[in-house]
Amino acid sequence: MITSFFLRALEGRIVAMVAVLLGFAVLVPMSNLLLGPDNPLHVPTYVMSLLGKYLCYALLALALDLVWGYCGILSLGHGAFFSLGGYAMGMYLMRQIGSRGVYGDPILPDFMVFLNWKQLPWFWYGFDMFWFAALMVLVVPGLLAFVFGWFAFRSRVNGVYLSIITQAMTYALLLAFFRNDMGFGGNNGLTDYKDILGFSVQSDGTRSVLFALSAIMLALCLILASAIVRSKFGKVLLGVRDAESRVRFLGFRVENIKLFTFVVSAMMAGIAGALFVPQVGIINPGEFAPANSIEVVIWTAVGGRSTLIGPIIGAVLVNGGKTIFTGVFPEFWLFALGGLFVLVTLFLPKGIVGTVAQALAKRRAAQAAETPTHLNGKPQAAE
Amino acid sequence: MKMSAILLKGRRMYLRPVRILAILLGLILGFATAASSAADDPAALIKALGTANFEQAEAIIADLGKTGDTRIVPALEAFAAGDLYVRKSDSQVFIAKAAGSGFTLIDPVTGASAGEAPKSAITKIKINNSLRRAISSAQGGLTLLSPDKVVRLQAADSVLKSPSAENLELLEAALAKETDRAVKLRMEQARAVSLLSSDRPVDQKRAAIATLQSLGGRDAIGILMTAAPTLDPALKGDLDAAIKKIEGTLALWDAAQNIWYGLSLGSVLLLAAIGLSITFGVMGIINMAHGEMVMLGAYSTFVVQEIIRTKFPGAFDYSLAIALPVAFVVTGAAGLIIERGVIRFLYGRPLETLLATWGVSLVLQQLVRSIFGPTNREVGNPSWMSGSFPLGGMQVTWNRMWIVLFSLTIFLGLLLLMKRSFFGLMMRAVTQNRRMASSMGIRTPWVDAFTFALGSGIAGIAGVALSQIDNVSPNLGQSYIIDSFMVVVFGGVGNLWGTLVGALTLGVLNKFLEPWVGAVLGKILVLVLIILFIQKRPRGLFALKGRAIEA
Repeated sequence: MITSFFLRALEGRIVAMVAVLLGFAVLVPMSNLLLGPDNPLHVPTYVMSLLGKYLCYALLALALDLVWGYCGILSLGHGAFFSLGGYAMGMYLMRQIGSRGVYGDPILPDFMVFLNWKQLPWFWYGFDMFWFAALMVLVVPGLLAFVFGWFAFRSRVNGVYLSIITQAMTYALLLAFFRNDMGFGGNNGLTDYKDILGFSVQSDGTRSVLFALSAIMLALCLILASAIVRSKFGKVLLGVRDAESRVRFLGFRVENIKLFTFVVSAMMAGIAGALFVPQVGIINPGEFAPANSIEVVIWTAVGGRSTLIGPIIGAVLVNGGKTIFTGVFPEFWLFALGGLFVLVTLFLPKGIVGTVAQALAKRRAAQAAETPTHLNGKPQAAE
Repeated sequence: MKMSAILLKGRRMYLRPVRILAILLGLILGFATAASSAADDPAALIKALGTANFEQAEAIIADLGKTGDTRIVPALEAFAAGDLYVRKSDSQVFIAKAAGSGFTLIDPVTGASAGEAPKSAITKIKINNSLRRAISSAQGGLTLLSPDKVVRLQAADSVLKSPSAENLELLEAALAKETDRAVKLRMEQARAVSLLSSDRPVDQKRAAIATLQSLGGRDAIGILMTAAPTLDPALKGDLDAAIKKIEGTLALWDAAQNIWYGLSLGSVLLLAAIGLSITFGVMGIINMAHGEMVMLGAYSTFVVQEIIRTKFPGAFDYSLAIALPVAFVVTGAAGLIIERGVIRFLYGRPLETLLATWGVSLVLQQLVRSIFGPTNREVGNPSWMSGSFPLGGMQVTWNRMWIVLFSLTIFLGLLLLMKRSFFGLMMRAVTQNRRMASSMGIRTPWVDAFTFALGSGIAGIAGVALSQIDNVSPNLGQSYIIDSFMVVVFGGVGNLWGTLVGALTLGVLNKFLEPWVGAVLGKILVLVLIILFIQKRPRGLFALKGRAIEA
């Protein structure tokens, strides 16, 4: 049953995207490690880290698409789940520094020594073990999403109200994490990592593995998301998106359906954050900024809402554009981003993938109309 | 403050034996001189100064103080300044001022000129610190009797600040003559203060404590605390009760101050949120560029002030009055363009509108940054908006005061517009049932466009007000947008009263939480409270009633 659940996920577009991702996961690290720097196909480490960062963003956008595209919940606070996952990983990496920090304290991270703390706060316990940190990457965002969603969906907060309170949630977390006495490094966040599972985070080998992991994780999450939306549950999910009251009247527990999807999505965002932090080398409260979370929405919208592969394409394109733009004309990036928001919502409501798919479907329909009638009875396998 | 009080007391105790001795000596001398010359004739007393030694002089000064004759104040001042001289020939005392090689002499009592004298003909009357103190005390007493009300008030104030038992009788004499109510009140308080350090009976001291209690304020607590150790143990209860009472009043004033700060913050929130509330209510869309409209309003103020500063510097005090319509028109026009250019294509898709207006807000921010630069711009306060005035136990700054009044005015104006004008009627109709309103012949697209322009224009006006209390930078709007959303969501959409109550509640709540948990944590708590509140009332405090399943 579980196999069939996942097999159903493997629809054409998804398979193609998974193949591309897995190809990336193998080829990019290989070219980085095996080819010499003068080889034209060599991918420098910084480019690989940059691409890895895009893939993490793509995973975040995918997570958002699951709730926005398929459940109609426009979360303006997904950056919060992403950052919480990132902080969980960051805390593990901080504990791994050990006595190599500036102050050389074997237990306390530098910023705690600096703040004159005498012992580790209770919520830092266990983060010296990787398995615990990895668990927390899932549990903390999932728990927040569960508690938040439990209250919100039960009292039928939806539409723009929900969007606004998700924004308030990430804003509140932003303010909280900026405080020094929260115990998460305040303004500066967590940085200066040394190694992960015993391997140096700076080395090309580790970077390659992290990149490959990001690509593989994205592929896995894509398959999972696809499996969810193509299952029976996924059909109900679409019903919730399009006619919530009707689904409720049919006897479904809409709030539970929403809650499940929201929690799964938050966990995916947490994974994205956890993979993001070792590749970028820092996590700070700025990641909680509401503006960041809104940007995720535009990645999803550009690529194509409720297509699952669209957000991946959108995240990579927009972030690639951002990297180029801010390098060439730093003043114009906000114009471009703002314009993108307006133009995409006005002229490209289905996003790139949606529009292309629509165009293809139209052409196919036109071809089908041209072909003689007696062929129409045959099943068209490719559809 | 406490430190100096202790020091002062130490010095006073050290001086006490000397003073008693001086008073005794003075008494003896007083008897001796009283026989020859009248003790209350100021001229004779001043003449006696010429021949007296330090102790005698101190006694004479005390006597002078007791005469209550304000004419001798200049003489005392001159004595303290070292300008009092005695003529060798007839031992008459004069105030002498250096003039050329010699001195001009002035009669110490009448102030009339008494000719000139060469330097060799007069001798300076010597003075020391204890005499200076006696002089200032006598002066304080004498000015209490001055015919000038302001001088009397000042004298009473100075006694209040440095009480001494010696002034007591004079104060009482002055009190008996006093007619002005304000001065009398201050004198009574000064008397109470002096009384505490005197050797008067317990009953009078008890009354004095009561008077001080009515004076109130931190100063009164300070005075009572200083008096406490030397006080009769029988009065201990009264003293503690008085201090407690004063502290209670102070706490009340602190609360009042907090409420005022809260109202002030709330009125700022109201200004920022009210336009948002209208557009959200009528059109069902969230305008993420609303904060940028506030920012545009603030920059309009900046531009208007720049023009005034360079072209008509005299009109600076009117700059805000000029900026108000300018900002309204600029932001209203911007709103109209945004509505016609972007939003009207997105009706029925509120979430997409949210994204598109967010994009507009980014563009506007960058536009302003490109034109005016990323740094804060200086917007000046007109004279009538700077400074503050005391109100009971708290200080009220004029700019906060005006902003509270201004936002209430805007609120009432909008309320009138909504309830009394035809446009308001159309807006309310569209808010309640868009399709029905449309069937009745209301052109809903135009209502939408002008509602949006109106909301944006009000945001612009809010920007004019906010430019007075906040930094005018391209990020100005961003700092208000989330708070404005919270107000709208908390108060209920499309309901002006809801927005008012929401804004003021959130403002006051914020300011009351701040002293307990700090500004940042307070804000977090408010956000969490709103998130929880929304669970209970998903449509806000004052929800519009309707029959729709999905609003």
